[in-house]
Amino acid sequence: MKTESVLEKVFASGELAVTSECGPPRGAVPEKIIEKAKMLQGYVDAVNVTDNQTAMVRMSSFAACVFIRQLGMSPILQMVTRDRNRLAMQADILGAYSHGIDNILCLSGDHPHFGDHPMAANVHDIDSVQFVQMIRDMRDKGKFQGGDDILNPPKMYIGAAANPFADPFELRVARLAKKIKAGTDFIQTQCIYNLDKFEKWMEGVRDRGLHEKVNIMAGITPMKTVGMAKYMKNRVPGMDVPDEIIKRMAGVPKEKQAEEGIKISVEAIERLKDVEGVKGFHVMAIEWEQKVPEIVERAGLLPRPTIDL
Amino acid sequence: MITAERKPMEELIECLRPYHRILLVGCNECVTVCSAGGRKEVGILSSALQMAFMKEGKALEVKEITLERQCDPEYIEELVTHIDQAEAVMSMACGCGVQEIARRFKTKPVFPAVNTTFMGASERQGVWAERCQGCGECVLGLTGGVCPIARCSKRLLNGPCGGSTNGKCEVDPDMDCAWQLIWDRLKALGIEDRYEENIAAKDWRTGRGGGPRKIIREDLAK
Repeated sequence: MKTESVLEKVFASGELAVTSECGPPRGAVPEKIIEKAKMLQGYVDAVNVTDNQTAMVRMSSFAACVFIRQLGMSPILQMVTRDRNRLAMQADILGAYSHGIDNILCLSGDHPHFGDHPMAANVHDIDSVQFVQMIRDMRDKGKFQGGDDILNPPKMYIGAAANPFADPFELRVARLAKKIKAGTDFIQTQCIYNLDKFEKWMEGVRDRGLHEKVNIMAGITPMKTVGMAKYMKNRVPGMDVPDEIIKRMAGVPKEKQAEEGIKISVEAIERLKDVEGVKGFHVMAIEWEQKVPEIVERAGLLPRPTIDL
Repeated sequence: MITAERKPMEELIECLRPYHRILLVGCNECVTVCSAGGRKEVGILSSALQMAFMKEGKALEVKEITLERQCDPEYIEELVTHIDQAEAVMSMACGCGVQEIARRFKTKPVFPAVNTTFMGASERQGVWAERCQGCGECVLGLTGGVCPIARCSKRLLNGPCGGSTNGKCEVDPDMDCAWQLIWDRLKALGIEDRYEENIAAKDWRTGRGGGPRKIIREDLAK
């Protein structure tokens, strides 16, 4: 084992891992993050905490992770390269690890253009691949990116994202290979609606044996309404929502669309469980955390293994 | 070339309001090529300023001069014979030219007439696009001749991000995804496997990260 991470232990046990996500509040209201996290307690192995997602200012992922850790849960610190240079990133990693946070997800982050501070400078000192490499070197070599030794190096379990649906499709497996080469331990994918395309990508991943080098978690996001489905199809860059999904959501009355959305998610999990190389599921119920337990249960992913923090 | 765009008239009028005699200085280099501050634009701006002040009942005397290069002290000297007659200078060169004038004439106010924007190339008549950020350590040899620092919105060196769609950047559907361009180029060259070499974190000291930069060529600098 490279770390003490609960998530790493679940993967090692051979069980399918389950993670979910909490978006921190847009204000100094710790009770909100605690309330959200409690909904997930016992239903997931670890909880991603987003870092100024969609480039909107929120409570820092680090601070919100501390609250979740204090509940006895295992947080995954999301960190984007958009807002911090390598000094700030490494400083926060030392701080987070000191608070018992030992999972991290390395992202480049949404461009400020999309958020509430489009006038902000975007940092992008390093990219997500270099970010993974930096944390791996901190952990395995005990060195800061600048080359100096670290006192008690942080043992982070390192995650990265993969989007099989972005273009150009033909280099998406190679991009994963780069992230693995840099030191990625686990992958959380973009929300999967086009299962055929995802399976095609996984085929490419297996052809190169990459599924044996990294733990891939399939991203699942339930749709609440047909409006949300259309929005994701047309407005979210890098999202692939097939017309059948839109039709299916539109084909039921408004009050039953949420249930239909959950059904679609559960069916997707059932089908993807059989895909060789899928080691778990990342259930991102955006501002709908209360539905995660139901999805996880209906998809047959309960009970979660008991692993001490 | 260094590209620039003229500032809005209101801003220019505002900074010239206290003066009656100005020197309006163009540059024959980059700003001429991108039609922002060459001889022609000097003439147009001069007339526009005089008309604008005339409407307010004030006469503005404008001496028009376009130098060969405003970023070169040798050419700046040509202003010596005119500078005393002017209360202020308005420069239509890039920021380098404005600063050279300020450096040479220490007590003369100088105002920029253009916003200096980027180092770029002309894509077609009237369209210029950014190509280089002068990072001081060129990576174009690794990226098929397309710069990810200047042309990727997140300046990813191991891109593309998950927002690349149909060859376009997530930030703007009219903006090319630099990594799509790089990938297309690597394929055209038959060196797609080059993509899988991880490019290490950049040392920004050669760029602006090391503070203001200077080149000293010992063989030329006496």
